Amino acid sequence: MKRTIPILIASFVGFLLIFSKFIPPFEEWETKVSVWFDILAAFAFVLGGGNLLKNQIKKVHEQKPGWGFAAVTGIAFLATLVVGLFKVGVPPAFQTPEHVWSGEYMQEGSAFWWTYEYLYIPLAATMFATLAFYISSAAFRAFRAKNAEASLLLGTALIVLLGQTTFGSRLTEGLPESLSMLRIDSLKEMFLNVFNTFASRAIMIGIALGIVSTSLKVLLGVDQSYLGAD
Amino acid sequence: MSVPEKQLDRRWLFALTILVVGLPLLLRLESTQREVSQMVTNVYEAIDNLPEGSLVLLPFDYDPSAEGELQPMADVFVRHCAERKHKLIFLTIWPQGVGMIQRATNLLQQEYPEYRYGIDFVNLGYRPGYEVVINTVINDLPSLYDADQVGTPVRQIPLMRGVENIRNIPLIINVSSGDPGLKQWIQYAATPYESINIVAGTTGVQASTLYPYIPHQMIGMLPSLKSAAEYEQRLLKKYPHIGERESVTNTAQLRMMSQDAAHVMLIAFIVISNLIFLLRRRGERAV
Repeated sequence: MKRTIPILIASFVGFLLIFSKFIPPFEEWETKVSVWFDILAAFAFVLGGGNLLKNQIKKVHEQKPGWGFAAVTGIAFLATLVVGLFKVGVPPAFQTPEHVWSGEYMQEGSAFWWTYEYLYIPLAATMFATLAFYISSAAFRAFRAKNAEASLLLGTALIVLLGQTTFGSRLTEGLPESLSMLRIDSLKEMFLNVFNTFASRAIMIGIALGIVSTSLKVLLGVDQSYLGAD
Repeated sequence: MSVPEKQLDRRWLFALTILVVGLPLLLRLESTQREVSQMVTNVYEAIDNLPEGSLVLLPFDYDPSAEGELQPMADVFVRHCAERKHKLIFLTIWPQGVGMIQRATNLLQQEYPEYRYGIDFVNLGYRPGYEVVINTVINDLPSLYDADQVGTPVRQIPLMRGVENIRNIPLIINVSSGDPGLKQWIQYAATPYESINIVAGTTGVQASTLYPYIPHQMIGMLPSLKSAAEYEQRLLKKYPHIGERESVTNTAQLRMMSQDAAHVMLIAFIVISNLIFLLRRRGERAV
């Protein structure tokens, strides 16, 4: 019973949504179920936040390796949550000055806005920017013409990389019109529009067929892994 | 000729990377594009050819980590739409996208003071649910976005009157840095409903996976900072008064110079390391 009812619900809702695509009177059901999903997704944040906090507290309590990072994560999470929920530093909305909490949580100058603007943005940008160093170090070590396949990859990467620069475009712009297909820009476009596109389409069609078969397994109750181990 | 086995200290490489990326930005060097690619032209014309004052949906599905590459695209799209006096509806399916929309609305308020909130543009903010949000707003927008970012009921916002879903919005301009994002807007909105046209700005990393959708499911996209620089240049050429403003209006071209320098450095390193590798291998074979 513990497994049968969830399987029946999943199966019923799944098939209902498939049919709603083909039977116009049922179209509205799709919208309704979508709204239910969006509401459930909001609750998932509560679960996710609770789980995150539980794990960090456990790590700190048991003094596991890296517990200091867990403490920072937990404190940062709680601080952001508190300033956001209680709208710290947010003035009341212009239209309703009598309601203290009527302002927008992200209003400029508020504590949440300050956290986002001066902590989150610089941290996220810094994390991403460090990639430049890894890429510059890894690229010239990885792209080696060790064999025919590697040479092909190297040649393609160099052309696409050059095509992403203004320098690359200028390098071959002097070629006559009859040889315009050999310009770096044209070669880059050809690689992306032709070779990349047909390979990507093949992969996408493969993935789509995989999704259809996996979904059917779930809807028919053959695959029950989403229900957990017990 | 044999080349001695010696590893380059990585710190030299990192120091050079800082210089190459940082100097053009500090010196405010601008990268000038000679040609505008067909893809950029298609995106530009999709916005420019819309009748003045058309309704445009702008989902900004990216976060600060991709801001370096995507903010210039978002800025040029917003400026172009404002020059054409289009009515703008902002929303995001990324929680971090709220701040990115705030940048766009700040730009509108600073550079286009005549743009009035609720009449010419509106910020619907974020709703959880990822791609299902797209699936919902296609059929019934107010059921999910019953209020805007500041809590004003959408029924009271003049711009939103009559907007029951996004099927009749002639153009979606998506700025996206990953999943869910552009792929989902194409799959759930632009593909099933022919009335919905979509153009986009996206990171170079995910651009290659999106080429298969052009031109039937998506009009075009700015697949890299270079495209954004081309777009910006074309926009500034047509509307030169944008460049006369106090705010920096050529961000894409400024950042492109830094990217140009970094890419040329990478290419040089790849070529040099391969030459050394080949010389070493030849030396080993000769022994």
